Amino acid sequence: MQKKENQEVENRPDNTAFTQQRLPAWQPILSAGIVIPLFVLVGLAFIGIGVALFVTSRNLHVLEVWKNNLLWLNMALYVFFSPQGPVFFYYGLTNYFQNQRAYGVSKDYNQLSGDLDYFTFFFSIVPDSTCKPYRYDVNNKPIVPCGSLANSMFNDTFNLYQMKNGVKEEVPLDGKGISWWTDYNIKYRNPSVNPLRNAFNGTVKPLYWSKPAYELDPTDTANNGFINQDFLVWMRRSALPNFRKLYRRITDGLPAGNYSLEISYNYPVIAFDGKKKVAFSNVSWMGGKNEFLGIAYLVIGSLCLVMSVVMLIIYAKFKFPEED
Amino acid sequence: MCVLHLMLQGFDPPHQSETRTIYVANRFPLHGHYIPTVTFSNGDVFQYTIWNFVPKNLFEQFRRIANFYFLIIFLVQLMIDTPTSPVTSGLPLFFVITVTSIKQGYEDWLRHKADNEVNGAPVYVVRSGSLVGDIVRVAKDETFPVDLVLLSSDRPDGTCHITTASLDGETNLKTHYSVAETSVCQSVSQLESLQAVVECQQPEADLYRFVGRMTVTLLGEEIVRPLGPENLLLRGARLKNTKEIFGVAVYTGMESKMALNYKCKSQKRSAVEKSMNSFLIIYLCILLFEAILSTILKYAWQSEEKWNEPFYNQKTEQERNSSPILKFISDFLAFLVLYNFIIPISLYVTVEMQKFLGSFFIGWDLDLYHEESDQKAQVNTSDLNEELGQVEYVFTDKTGTLTENEMHFRECSINGTKYREVNGKLVPEGLTDDSPDGSTPHMELLFLKAVALCHTVQISYDQPDCMVPGSDPFSHVNGFSANHMEYYASSPDEKALVEAAKRIGITFISSNGDTVEIKTFGKTEKFKLLHVLEFDPNRRRMSVILQTPSGGQIMFTKGAESAILPFATSGEMEKTRLHVDEFALKGLRTLVVACRHFSPEQYTEVDRRLNAARTALQQREEKLQEAFNFIERDLQLLGATGVEDKLQDKVQETIEALRLAGIKVWVLTGDKHETAVSVSLSCGHFHRTMNILELLQQRSDNECAEQLRRLARRIKEDHVIQHGLVVDGASLSLALREHEKLFMEVCKNCSAVLCCRMAPLQKAKVVRLIKTSPEKPITLAVGDGANDVSMIQEAHVGIGIMGKEGRQAVRNSDYAIARFKFLAKLLLVHGHFYYIRIATLVQYFFYKNVCFITPQFLYQFFCLFSQQTLYDSVYLTLYNICFTSLPILVYSLFEQLVHPHVLQSKPALYRDISRNSMLSFRTFLYWTLLGFCHAFVFFFGSYILMGEDTTLMGNGQMFGNWTFGTLVFTVMVITVTLKLALETHFWTWMNHFVTWGSIAFYFIFSLFYGGIIWPFLHTQDMYFVFVQLLSSGSAWFAIIIIIITCLFPDVIKKVFYRHLQPTNTQKSQVQLTNTHPYVNQSCPQAVCKECFWLFFCQLVEGKDYFLSIF
Repeated sequence: MQKKENQEVENRPDNTAFTQQRLPAWQPILSAGIVIPLFVLVGLAFIGIGVALFVTSRNLHVLEVWKNNLLWLNMALYVFFSPQGPVFFYYGLTNYFQNQRAYGVSKDYNQLSGDLDYFTFFFSIVPDSTCKPYRYDVNNKPIVPCGSLANSMFNDTFNLYQMKNGVKEEVPLDGKGISWWTDYNIKYRNPSVNPLRNAFNGTVKPLYWSKPAYELDPTDTANNGFINQDFLVWMRRSALPNFRKLYRRITDGLPAGNYSLEISYNYPVIAFDGKKKVAFSNVSWMGGKNEFLGIAYLVIGSLCLVMSVVMLIIYAKFKFPEED
Repeated sequence: MCVLHLMLQGFDPPHQSETRTIYVANRFPLHGHYIPTVTFSNGDVFQYTIWNFVPKNLFEQFRRIANFYFLIIFLVQLMIDTPTSPVTSGLPLFFVITVTSIKQGYEDWLRHKADNEVNGAPVYVVRSGSLVGDIVRVAKDETFPVDLVLLSSDRPDGTCHITTASLDGETNLKTHYSVAETSVCQSVSQLESLQAVVECQQPEADLYRFVGRMTVTLLGEEIVRPLGPENLLLRGARLKNTKEIFGVAVYTGMESKMALNYKCKSQKRSAVEKSMNSFLIIYLCILLFEAILSTILKYAWQSEEKWNEPFYNQKTEQERNSSPILKFISDFLAFLVLYNFIIPISLYVTVEMQKFLGSFFIGWDLDLYHEESDQKAQVNTSDLNEELGQVEYVFTDKTGTLTENEMHFRECSINGTKYREVNGKLVPEGLTDDSPDGSTPHMELLFLKAVALCHTVQISYDQPDCMVPGSDPFSHVNGFSANHMEYYASSPDEKALVEAAKRIGITFISSNGDTVEIKTFGKTEKFKLLHVLEFDPNRRRMSVILQTPSGGQIMFTKGAESAILPFATSGEMEKTRLHVDEFALKGLRTLVVACRHFSPEQYTEVDRRLNAARTALQQREEKLQEAFNFIERDLQLLGATGVEDKLQDKVQETIEALRLAGIKVWVLTGDKHETAVSVSLSCGHFHRTMNILELLQQRSDNECAEQLRRLARRIKEDHVIQHGLVVDGASLSLALREHEKLFMEVCKNCSAVLCCRMAPLQKAKVVRLIKTSPEKPITLAVGDGANDVSMIQEAHVGIGIMGKEGRQAVRNSDYAIARFKFLAKLLLVHGHFYYIRIATLVQYFFYKNVCFITPQFLYQFFCLFSQQTLYDSVYLTLYNICFTSLPILVYSLFEQLVHPHVLQSKPALYRDISRNSMLSFRTFLYWTLLGFCHAFVFFFGSYILMGEDTTLMGNGQMFGNWTFGTLVFTVMVITVTLKLALETHFWTWMNHFVTWGSIAFYFIFSLFYGGIIWPFLHTQDMYFVFVQLLSSGSAWFAIIIIIITCLFPDVIKKVFYRHLQPTNTQKSQVQLTNTHPYVNQSCPQAVCKECFWLFFCQLVEGKDYFLSIF
């Protein structure tokens, strides 16, 4: 009989919260009672944030100069704001598709991280085949750095002068720290060969370049090869066809006054309907002047408030038919 | 599971001829030797072995369209230059395939385990042939390794007892017989000299059918003996109470009846799966459209030279010279690859996991556990879980399903007099208990003897455990008092009748081969059993032919009144008919008993006909029918019996609940019309207030049509009150033959339909009729007996009741429950849960993949359609398998919109989800559009933020394209996860864990992934991108505002709908929280431990094991 009793409960399922689907649970209901206060709170918070962002953005200044004429090599500028702190000097291109796939992959990461094995011709394996058609020159010498991306590096140069009582005084431009710290220090490496030019023996410079990689900055030996800051800035592809890239920093700021911008115009853009521009901007913690965020917060914040009022009206009018 | 059929063909080309001939011990050339012990390899029964698992499973999986599609994409990626590496589609595909094959392997392992006993045991082969034809010895308590024809046993009469519990769940002992000529060969040496040939059918799956004959050559003379199911020992059955038997193998391995029953149980597809497939096709169209559009736009754009090949991005010679058509095709394929993630690759695997894991909850449910019989609900297929929430028609059997199938003899009518049973005595109507107790009248005696003799009841004795092994249990018969005796019968009616006869004084004490003994008021009488004319559902009667102790031959017949009265020629026919109707009105099950005395000449003729029919190889069944019909006539009516079948518990409440849930309940029964109506009324299927329409005893087409039209008119005139319809089998077949539409019209307007006098196949026909009607309602059939199997298989969902009539219904069902009342919880609660879970799962999957891929499509407009990906490859790969997979899986396992008690107490909530409402085209459109809208917000939000070329960092540096993509991706992962959080109503700790965990995991993973220079990666595009993004305050603000912008309209929509058009479900949610806020406080750690263990134990131990530590 004992055996039978055991058998009888053998199949009995466990009485636990889990098996019986009775796990303790929080069961929120999205009803007006909860949502209205929530919306009011969110709305108020967003409006607050929006105002703060908007004001911050308003205090920032940006000066854009378009240069669509080949002949403008000297430009007179009048800066009528005198922002605090450093001013950032950008160059910009439009209609320029740095985000094309074939263009973007056209580089050899091993070269750029300083691996000398990838500097030489080796059974058509190195440099990376994605570098085509900028892989070898006509003599089958490998191009270093290879690929379309490096080949098409922007090569206009700019000089900025402040006109003080009719005298041109050059504004010092700081080219350090314009690329990502990790790009400069970790991701891109020069081959550890001293002097650097020896590493490039047997290679040729990219076709469009006027100077080889190891001579990009004659003034600073630490700013040559693959860790040249301008090169690094160029190699970080922009997401969209109209873009700006950081050119220099003006550490001392840009007091109001007359300036003259001298441009050595090298880079062709007419062929693809592109335009060039330069821009001067100061930044805050949130970056450059950007009114979108502030406006977005204000709009959504006010929408929240408006909707909470609408909901309140509906709530008052059509309360739940609870007696059902 | 479906491979089985293919494999079969390789094994034995079936049905070349209708019969197969087996030479016992393969004795065509005479060379006798024997091999001691051989293990049969029966591995083919299962879908997989260890060796063929990988290739076969892969083949199976790639037969699925979705998997095949991803394989093709993968191959395209391998072959041509595409924007993403093959890994992006290869890895998810690998993941999906692995998970699915683990699941299938596990299921197969379960099957292996269940069958291990049969497979593993070595088999003693006496004489070896090529498997078929071997003589096999099986000892006590061993299982039969193959299907055997019994040759001999250690008993002198050549019988043996077996139990077929593992085949059909019937635990009673069954006696199987050997042919007299072979039963003498009880030793190996005697078998050596046996020359016999067995002819039988080709293998077939029906466990209860076997037709064959054996030709034994004895002393140069050929003796032919018939073989039937009673001679066949099925593989998987177990030998009991018999020391050893010898048998000849007729069907082995894949051909054994058990193996043939392992075929695809259910080819049923749920409504959800059908809509899922049509959604997939729509998405495939969207994909093709996007790919074609992109390709065309690409060429439109590139027609201008300056865009085609700007100086900074020149083409190689090879690219310039390749053929435009080839380029076009390869571009199209590249776009296809770029957008292919819009087809949710992990949808199928998640759905499968959900169904597989989710179905445990049915078996675990204590409310579906039947204490008395210790049976819990059983899930035979998890494919149909959600269909339980969609049922519109329930077809139920009556006996054993609505009733207990526990028969009690109540009344009888003998020779025109009605009797009741009172305290073990038959009391004639109108007389009181204290009637003069004297001699029992002759007719009464004959009637009782008929009841005690005409049946197929078996006796089992409670034997002491110390019984000598192998000794015949029946040798002790006379030493046992009747108390130790228990009757076993496949029909509970018979059992009730035999027991009643015993109470009254005529005890059936033994049936030993061909003699039957009864004790009539203390006096033992021996009858020689000459023939049994078995019961079959067409004849609806059975007979036995006996030789009385005085030497005469008599036949007793019992069966349905419609099957006997027409053949009766004498007796109180009118009175009996009247009594039978009275019994039926009281809801009793009636049987009519008759007898026939044979003259010696008559008997010779009967004997000859029967033997001829039984040995026929061709059309044996038809010939038997003919013989039976010849014999069972000129009957003398003895009387009728009335047996009561008690209603099951809570049937009325269940039917009422189903009706409130909008489910139409049809009762289909083989019973008499009066019995059926009275049971229908007592179980609440018919109400007293209902207007009962009848379509009965229609004899001709016209008459039937006329009646149908009359009924239709009555319904129209009287549409205020509810109607119930009673149809009988004969009228139904008439109605279905010509006037299907009219009949449907009438049925649809009736709130309850009762079909009586139904044959099993007719039940299936009715189900099919409703199933294929224009509205295509979802049907559910519930039954407990073999006669319900066809209906169970026909209906969308088949439910088996674990009743007394064996396990056939259970084996063929999709779900099995112990009692009818459990149906309410199964449908209203589990069905509801499964449906909302899977419906949201499917919609959400499409939504999240639209969100995922649309920004990538939009990005093409800004990158000259150059197939630049917006996201990094690793993100593309992991989005579906890591970042967004778990929250939806957990949601789909645990979500409850309303508390189970509320669902059960308010069946009307079931209507909220009926007709696949959560997967209607409208909701599908809503989710898809929502996906597109969200994708637009992600993309253009980020675009406006970053596109206007301002820096977002405090140090003036600029972001690149990967940062842009990562911003979109981050926003997307969070939004998609939060969208599900908005949908979730039942937040267990697991939902919290996976929801917030997924977002946290995304951040941690991205920091890790971007924080290292990965040595094996080709480029280091993502190096420090994520950190740089997060270091920007603007990016954080942008992420927050974009997410809120996406979700805020959704919240408003939900609130508006809740207040302006609340569904019943939403109303009851509110009431619930108002009345008793259901928050269970218990230690979360304990709960956590508990459920992980349970899942684990379920997986390890199969189905039925629970750790008792909880």
